[in-house]
Amino acid sequence: MSVEKTYAEINSKIREGKAVVVTAEELITLVEEKGLSKAAQEVDVVTTGTFAPMCSSGAFLSFGHTKPRMKMQKVWLNGVSAYTGIAAVDAYIGATEMHEDDPLNSNYPGEFRYGGGHVIADLVARKPVKLKALAYGTDCYPRRNLETTITLDDINEAILFNPRNCYQNYNCAVNLTNRTIYTYMGMIKPQMGNANYSTSGQLSPLLKDPHFKTIGVGTKIFLGGGIGYVAWNGTQHFPSMIDVDGKELGSAGGTLALTGDLKQMSPRWLVGTSYLGYGATLSVGVGIPIPILNEEIARYAAKKDEELFAPIVDYGEAYPSFTPGNLGYVSYADLKSGKIIVNGKEVPTAPLSSMPRAREIAATLKGWIQKGDFQLTEPVKTLPSPADGFIAHSIKED
Amino acid sequence: MSPKRIVLRFGTDISVKPIVYRLVKDFDLVVNIVKADVNPKKEGTMILEVTGDQSENGLNYLRELGVSVQNLNQEIIRNEEKCVMCGACTGICPTGALYMERPSMEVRFDGDQCVFCQLCVKVCPMWAMEVRL
Repeated sequence: MSVEKTYAEINSKIREGKAVVVTAEELITLVEEKGLSKAAQEVDVVTTGTFAPMCSSGAFLSFGHTKPRMKMQKVWLNGVSAYTGIAAVDAYIGATEMHEDDPLNSNYPGEFRYGGGHVIADLVARKPVKLKALAYGTDCYPRRNLETTITLDDINEAILFNPRNCYQNYNCAVNLTNRTIYTYMGMIKPQMGNANYSTSGQLSPLLKDPHFKTIGVGTKIFLGGGIGYVAWNGTQHFPSMIDVDGKELGSAGGTLALTGDLKQMSPRWLVGTSYLGYGATLSVGVGIPIPILNEEIARYAAKKDEELFAPIVDYGEAYPSFTPGNLGYVSYADLKSGKIIVNGKEVPTAPLSSMPRAREIAATLKGWIQKGDFQLTEPVKTLPSPADGFIAHSIKED
Repeated sequence: MSPKRIVLRFGTDISVKPIVYRLVKDFDLVVNIVKADVNPKKEGTMILEVTGDQSENGLNYLRELGVSVQNLNQEIIRNEEKCVMCGACTGICPTGALYMERPSMEVRFDGDQCVFCQLCVKVCPMWAMEVRL
């Protein structure tokens, strides 16, 4: 008889210290040894992990009021502009915003040494950060300028809020042109000199729950080394199943909006990141627990690198021009082997997503759950799944 | 006299020329080839230890030929604190000095294979590869 468990039953076992928790990679081994049914019966929770650059990240900061009061109109943190069109002393620092004096790509390829992601990393590392603010002055908020130094502990609130993280799957980037290109997928040499990819494959959270059966609004997660939550679906959330000639090649397109208290996160898991010729961003560590409620959830959570595929996309011409299509699909097992065959040519591969760090996250989250510190949350709202058939639209121009 | 350590980088046109022979014959230099990667189909690299009174003249001869000559008084270091072992460097390192160990997918750096091209210094997203003098 097939197994059925509830969140309450699993949480009760977690509280008693009796829950069986394995990482997604350990589940794969267990299924190979004992079969799916037995593994689904035995295992209560599977932990996943990913550590990679995640654009569409940022933090809401509430600085506290000045004396006299000030309604900040423009704000800079270490010279990086933050958006303060929210309230008097609230601002949002976005990961990809660059330092005011950054030469950007004027000396191509630019280095993009310091941006919003670096500010967030400095804050979480408890480094002092220069705050500069300008205002126009009102009767209730008369002050017009401020220059001071803050730390994460000085300010009232710091809430990491990442509108799009944890991409379910991602392109494997190659370059069919005759010149080296500098992209958010790294430096790609001409004529398919190399191929870069960026997910943790069989450990990647959303590849292990492709139909969003357990990951939804309110799901408690590992975020940046602390506790976070799924706030909503991410922007550009267009989940789908990759189906080629009737063969399911895994899933793609889902994303998550994530949030959590920045003050309890760690600099090991929020790292300022620069891509030569492209820009700056933030690398984020995310780990999501998947409750094994039934065999179907276990079956997807046990998908291995050989069964998960990424589309190969030309970033020299097709991607920038928004030309649909790809150069085929390649398994994560092949990508992780160090070389793939594209159009008959052997191409060396490199990841942008750290597998050792992803493993560390999955193992850390497993430890938290085993100790009884971390219970699972049932989503208060499910997220759109491939069955909902959401389709992306491009901008209409006049 | 202590030997001068230099890195030579040159195009395919130079690969077919006997440049080391000329250094020895014309400039009376003692040349020790520490490392060489010479292939008539791609850019070549050579690390030499050169001793002799006319070493500057010899190096100028190479420069005039279009060879890039870099003094090797520096080394590339990996800052272990900053490296997150993503692997972005492994796809662009021309000699495989930076490589991934499998199946752990941990990034390793073999300084003996490094030819100081410094591509990793520019490409590392975490600024973990550093030039030390």
